[in-house]
Amino acid sequence: MSDVAIPHDMEPHPLTGMYNGKFGLWLFLASEVMLFGALFSTYVLLRVGAPEGTWPMYGLEIPTGDQILSVGLAFVNTLVLITSSVTMVLCWASLKMNDFAKGRLFLAVTFALAGVFLVVKYFEYKGKLTHHQVVLEESFGFEGETAITVKTDNGNEDTIVVVNGHAENFSTWEDDGFIVIHPDEEGESHGHSHELKIEADKIKRATTWGPNASTFLGTYFTLTGLHGLHIVGGMVVILYFLVTGASAWKTMPEKYINRIECTGLYWHFVDLVWIFLFPVLYLL
Amino acid sequence: MSAEHHHEHELPFWQKYIFSVDHKVIGVQYTVTGLLFLFFGFCLMMIMRWQLAYPLEPIPLIGTWLSQSMVDAQGVLIGDGYNSLGAMHGTIMVFLGVVPLAVGGFGNYVLPLQIGAPDMAFPRLNMASYWVYLSGGIVMFASFFVEGGAANSGWTSYTPLANIATTGQTVWLFGMVLLITSSLLGSVNFIVTTVQLRAKGLSFFRLPFFVWAQFVTSFLLLLAFPPLEAAGVLQLMDRLADTSFFMPTGLVVSGELQEATYSGGGSPLLWQHLFWFLAHPEVYVLILPAMGILGEVIACNTRKPLWGYKSLVYSVIFLGFMSFIVWAHHMFMTGMGTTLSTFFQATTMIISVPSVIILTCFIISLWNSSIRYNVPMLFALAFLPMFAIGGLTGLPLGLTASDIHLHDTYYVIGHFHYVVAPGTIFALFAGVYHWFPKVTGRKMSELWGKLHFWPSFVFINAVFMPMFFVGMAGVLRRQFDQTEQLQGAMVHGFTIMSSWGAWGLGLAQIPFIINFFWSIRKGEKVNDNPWEATTLEWAAPSPPPHGNFETVPVVYCGPYEYSVPDKDTDYCPQNVVMEA
Repeated sequence: MSDVAIPHDMEPHPLTGMYNGKFGLWLFLASEVMLFGALFSTYVLLRVGAPEGTWPMYGLEIPTGDQILSVGLAFVNTLVLITSSVTMVLCWASLKMNDFAKGRLFLAVTFALAGVFLVVKYFEYKGKLTHHQVVLEESFGFEGETAITVKTDNGNEDTIVVVNGHAENFSTWEDDGFIVIHPDEEGESHGHSHELKIEADKIKRATTWGPNASTFLGTYFTLTGLHGLHIVGGMVVILYFLVTGASAWKTMPEKYINRIECTGLYWHFVDLVWIFLFPVLYLL
Repeated sequence: MSAEHHHEHELPFWQKYIFSVDHKVIGVQYTVTGLLFLFFGFCLMMIMRWQLAYPLEPIPLIGTWLSQSMVDAQGVLIGDGYNSLGAMHGTIMVFLGVVPLAVGGFGNYVLPLQIGAPDMAFPRLNMASYWVYLSGGIVMFASFFVEGGAANSGWTSYTPLANIATTGQTVWLFGMVLLITSSLLGSVNFIVTTVQLRAKGLSFFRLPFFVWAQFVTSFLLLLAFPPLEAAGVLQLMDRLADTSFFMPTGLVVSGELQEATYSGGGSPLLWQHLFWFLAHPEVYVLILPAMGILGEVIACNTRKPLWGYKSLVYSVIFLGFMSFIVWAHHMFMTGMGTTLSTFFQATTMIISVPSVIILTCFIISLWNSSIRYNVPMLFALAFLPMFAIGGLTGLPLGLTASDIHLHDTYYVIGHFHYVVAPGTIFALFAGVYHWFPKVTGRKMSELWGKLHFWPSFVFINAVFMPMFFVGMAGVLRRQFDQTEQLQGAMVHGFTIMSSWGAWGLGLAQIPFIINFFWSIRKGEKVNDNPWEATTLEWAAPSPPPHGNFETVPVVYCGPYEYSVPDKDTDYCPQNVVMEA
C-alpha cells in the first residue's frame, strides 16, 4: 500500500546499528519488560502482604508454590521452550546460509514445540480447575482435614481448617445443602481414603483451585495466562511465516530473514519470561 | 518522485483518506477525532456544571433526553449519572482527547516533516495505531448504553470501588486496553522514526524543540503505559474471574461480607500505585507536546532563536526521567509513612525545577523581541502565565503538610485543569492555527481567531480560578450536591461562577468551529512558508504530497536561525546554507 521508500527499512542506521524493524522490536520488548515487571512487582507485594496461612493456599504453613503446583510439568515445559529457542536460532542461521528447506524445517519444529508447551499447560490448568478446596468454619474432625493456627492482623489467633479433594456436586452444592468430596481417581488421596459429606453450615467457603481460590492462584493464572497468550501470539506469527514463507523467500529473501530475526527476538523474550516465571511461581 | 505522484492519483478514495498509511492523513484523522472527543468530553462537563450550580433542578433543554441511568423522570441528574459523567469526562479528555490530539495528531503530522522524513518508519503500524485508538474510543462511547451506565468510579478507577461497580467498568477496562495498545504502537513508531529517519545533517542538537518534546513523550508512553495495562488486566481478573488482587480480606459491601466469592488477601493500594505509575508520567505526556508546540510558535513569532535551546532539551529529558519517580505524591493521604512521603516530596520539588527552566526560557525568549501578535502567538502568550498558575498551585499539593487540607478538594481540580486546559489545550489551539496553512494551504481567519481567543481567555479563567477558593473552603471534588454542607453552601457563588464560565467557554468555541470549516474552503491562500519559519516542514509544499518533499532535504544549521545578521531575509531555513 505504501509506495514511499522508507530509509533504513533494510540497511542498518549507523547510530543504532539496526534496521528500523529490529530497533522497533527492541523498544516493544522494553515495554513488555515494564508490563511483566509490573506483574512480578504485584506478585512480590501481594506475597509479602498476604495474611498468614493463605499463601499459596488456605491452610498451608509454608509459602512455597511447589506444594500445589506441578514442578515436574513446569520443568518439562522449561526444557521445551529452551529447545524451541534453539530451533528458532537454527532457523535464522539456516536462512542466512541460504538453506531455505532446513530453515523452514526448524521453524516448523519451533511451532510444534510451542504447541507442546500449550498442551502441557492445558493439563496443568485442568488439574487445578478440577480440584476443590473447602474452608470449614471450625474443626469438625473430618478425615484428611488440615488445620493451622495463624496470627491475624489485629494480633488475635485464628484457626484455618481446610479439606481438599474432588467435589462431584460442586456446581449444585448450595442447592443440595452439602458438598461431597472424594479423593482423586489418579490416586491422590489428599489424606482421606473415601468420600466426605460436608453440610453447608459447616462451610465457610468452597472453591476450585481456580484463580479465585487464593491470591497466589490468581497471580499464577494471570501471569501464566498472559504468558500463554504471548506464546499463542508468537505461534500465529510463526505460522504466517511458515505459510507465506516460500513466496516471501523468493521475492525478498533479505527482508524475510530480517522478519525471522525479529520473530526470534520476540520468541527469546517470551522464553525468558518463562525462565523467570518458573522459579518465581513453582519453586520459591 | 514523479512516478510516485502518478501512482498516488490511482489510489481509491478509501485508501487515500480512510485506510491511509500516509502519516499526514493519519495525523489529520487523529486531530479531527481528538477534537471531536474533546468537544464531547466538554459537553459531559457542561451537564455536570448544571448540577453543581443548581443542585437537583431539572436540566434545561436536554434533561429529558438523557438515558434513564443518568436522570430521573423530571430530568434531574441522579448521583450515579453524575459519577458516570465525571469518570467519563476525565477519561475522554485525557485518553481520547488531549493525548491523541497532541501526540497522535501533531506528532504524526509534524514530526516526520520536521526531521525531513518521507513518512513514519512503520506506516502500516501507524494506521493500525489510529484504528485501534478509534475502536477504543467507540468502546468507551458505547459504555454509556450498557446496563447501569458508563464507568462511575472516577477516571482513576480506584479499587475496591471499581471492582464492585456496574458493567460499565468492565467496558471501560476493555476500552483502556485498546487505547494503551494504540499508544504503544504509536510510541515505538515515533522513537524509531526520530532516531533512524532524520535527514542528512540533522543531528540531535539541530532537532526542533517540538521533536525533542515528542521524542521524550514517546518514551513516557512506551514505558509508563504497560504497568497500567498490567493493572487493567488484574482489575479485569478481579471483576470477571473473581480473583482478589485488589480485594482486601474482610471487605463489607452494603452490609455483606464479601467472602463467598473472593478469597481476599489483596491490596487496594496496589491499584493506586500501578495507576499513578502511569498517570504521573501521563501528566507530562499531556504537557510536553504542548511545550514543544510553544517552542515552535514562540521562536517563529518573536523572530529570535529560542533562548537556552540546550537547557530546554536537557530539561525535557530530565523531566521525562523524573516523572517516573514522583507518582506517590498522589497518595500522601493513604498512610504511607513519613519516610516514603519525604522521598516523594523531595522528588516532587525537584521535578518542578526543569518545568520552571522551560517556562523561564520561553519568557526570556520574548525579551527584547518585536513580537508578531498573530492568533497562534496570542494562544502561546496566554499559555505562559496560565501554565505558571497551574504549576505554582501544584507546590502546596506536593508538600504533605498542606496537602492534608487540600487533598481531594476543588483546589486539586483547579490546579491540574490550569495545567491541562488553559495550558495544554491553549497550546494545542496555537498549534492548530500555526500549522493549518501547512495542512490546507490556507490560513485561518485572524479576525475569527481573535474572536475565539479573547472570550476563551476570559471564560477559562472564570471557570478555574474560583475553584481554588471553593477548594480552600474544603469542598470535595467528587461531591454530587455541594450545598448539602456548610462550606459548599458558603462558597456556592463561586461554584455558580465556574458553571457560567464553562457555558460561556462552550459558546466561545463557536468562532473556532466556524473559522475551521470556513478556512478549509475559503481561507486566504498562502505560500509554502507563510510564517517565514525555519524548520523543515515549511520547506515542503502545502499541503505536502505523499512522500512529503520534492527533493530530499539536507540540513545545514540549527532549528531557530532567526534575525541572522547580514542576510536579505531575517531567517535562514534549516535546509539552506548560511553564507558566511
